[in-house]
Amino acid sequence: MPATLERASPARARTRLSRPQLIRAAITAALLLFVLLGLPQLMSLYYIDTMTQVAVYSMVAVGLGVLVGRVGLVSLGQVAVLAIGAWVAARLLFATTQPFPLVLLEAGLITMVLGVVIGLPALRLRGLYLALITLMLAGAITVVLATVNFPNGGHGFLGYNGSLVHIPPIRRPSIATSDPAYFRYSVVVAILMFALVLAHIKTRPGRAWAAIRQSEPAALAAGINIWFYKLWAFALASFITGVAGGVLAGAVHYLYSIGFPTQDSITLLAVTLMGGVYSLWGAVVAALLYQFLPALLNNWGVSADWLIILFGVGVLQVLTTAPAGLADQVPRDLARLGRFLRNHVRKAAPAPTQGSTK
Amino acid sequence: MIEVDGLTVRYGGVTSLDDMSLRFEQGTCGLIGPNGAGKTTFFNVLSGFVRPAAGTVRAFGTDLLGMAHFRRARWGVRRTFQTEQAIEELSVFDNVAMVHEHSGLGGASRRGDVLDAIAFTGIDVDPESPEAKVRTLGAGQRRLVEVARAVVGRPRLVLLDEPAAGLPDEETSHLADVIRRIPERTGALVILVDHDMSLVSACCATTAVLDFGRLIASGPTAAVLRDDDVIRAYLGVDQ
Repeated sequence: MPATLERASPARARTRLSRPQLIRAAITAALLLFVLLGLPQLMSLYYIDTMTQVAVYSMVAVGLGVLVGRVGLVSLGQVAVLAIGAWVAARLLFATTQPFPLVLLEAGLITMVLGVVIGLPALRLRGLYLALITLMLAGAITVVLATVNFPNGGHGFLGYNGSLVHIPPIRRPSIATSDPAYFRYSVVVAILMFALVLAHIKTRPGRAWAAIRQSEPAALAAGINIWFYKLWAFALASFITGVAGGVLAGAVHYLYSIGFPTQDSITLLAVTLMGGVYSLWGAVVAALLYQFLPALLNNWGVSADWLIILFGVGVLQVLTTAPAGLADQVPRDLARLGRFLRNHVRKAAPAPTQGSTK
Repeated sequence: MIEVDGLTVRYGGVTSLDDMSLRFEQGTCGLIGPNGAGKTTFFNVLSGFVRPAAGTVRAFGTDLLGMAHFRRARWGVRRTFQTEQAIEELSVFDNVAMVHEHSGLGGASRRGDVLDAIAFTGIDVDPESPEAKVRTLGAGQRRLVEVARAVVGRPRLVLLDEPAAGLPDEETSHLADVIRRIPERTGALVILVDHDMSLVSACCATTAVLDFGRLIASGPTAAVLRDDDVIRAYLGVDQ
């Protein structure tokens, strides 16, 4: 090939942030600081525990968002994957004195291996059939967990002793034994997991997933190994969900298999779609819908069972009017409302001479 | 140089390619025939989407059928699709760079190769920083993105599946110009499937005709288009 072009610099021009991007980054940072420092001061213990759960499920939702939103693979087994992560973490926390972050990492990695196995059918199946298979797998995992039980400080491989009277709580990291401290800890772990996802979708795997989602033939024709990248997506989602399971184990202290019913995976998919699968904020919205809203209703004395109906209507609403979810729709509609109000005000009062209204 | 021998593809009870044999030497070659004749199936066999029931395909001396489908792009099989498949949410650069990125090709020359291909196809974007998203482009431009993806780096076999379908005349003639220049630029063998006979005549020195999965004619384009069998099977009597 003729070397007519000058050697372009390897750094690509896109690394510079535009102004709106900077503003968004600043808002995000401010919000995170508020959540980490301000929020625990303002809330009761009840809501602090709830927000810890929100942190946990935002990780699960962001993992599911990778599968559904980035690659187009629908999994209905994520709560079972979460249970695996929680089981592994609980087992390790009882059996070893390893530092908590190391246990989280191990729980993530072991869950990742199992998640890849769960992802194997995805190489041949899509859509409804994949959803069905993952749902059945989730059911199977639930049955197995109900039989082996979660570790409760017993001996043996399963770590369960049915005759224990005083069950020791699953330990937390020494720097975060209190609930507010553990909430902060969970948020930091969630931030790391979100950063991991961001690092994927902004780089080569993200571009490969985008190609696979829109057109598998085009991806294949461009030399993308679609099997590898689909499994990678399952591996990433399972790793994050496994880590979330570890955080959950420390949060609740005691784990029971009834805490992970199979149908929760369906609700989780519903709220994840409602929140929005194409943005990371969508996962936060999903977790708030999934954990914060029921806690709020309980506090008000309203049964959280009503939410199933609300989520049903919500998914319908989102899928018909805003496929990118509430995380996309609400800011857009607010901006529209803002523009509308501004125009209204401008019409009422004549514009200033400089006309530099912003 | 591609040598196809006894290629047979069946979908259930339907025989899509029936003991088809074909030779193309070099340059841009046309492949025409009525709908359902097996043209796209042939492309799908070459790209590895469809496994033939029988037959062999050798391209530049290499047995293509033994190669995993995602490796074929790396080897040099590139294609476009009947319904255009540029990836909407990626930029023009990322669309064209996909082949290099996922095949470990190019190395230091990667960015240069991609910008070269974009300039070659004449996509209407900033040639130094083609970061416009594909979803912002019109149909003709998206076709060019696909073509750029097919010719970036060192392609050996470029398969164009109705690249001009639905394009206005002006864009078709630009596309014809691009297609004609692919072989001299890259040394690749180009196979063009299209129903637009003026495009085929303008681009291809050699043309083969498929009908019901069989080769019914092959040779210099002008002679093939005058062939009685071809006129009966495909072009119609008034051509």
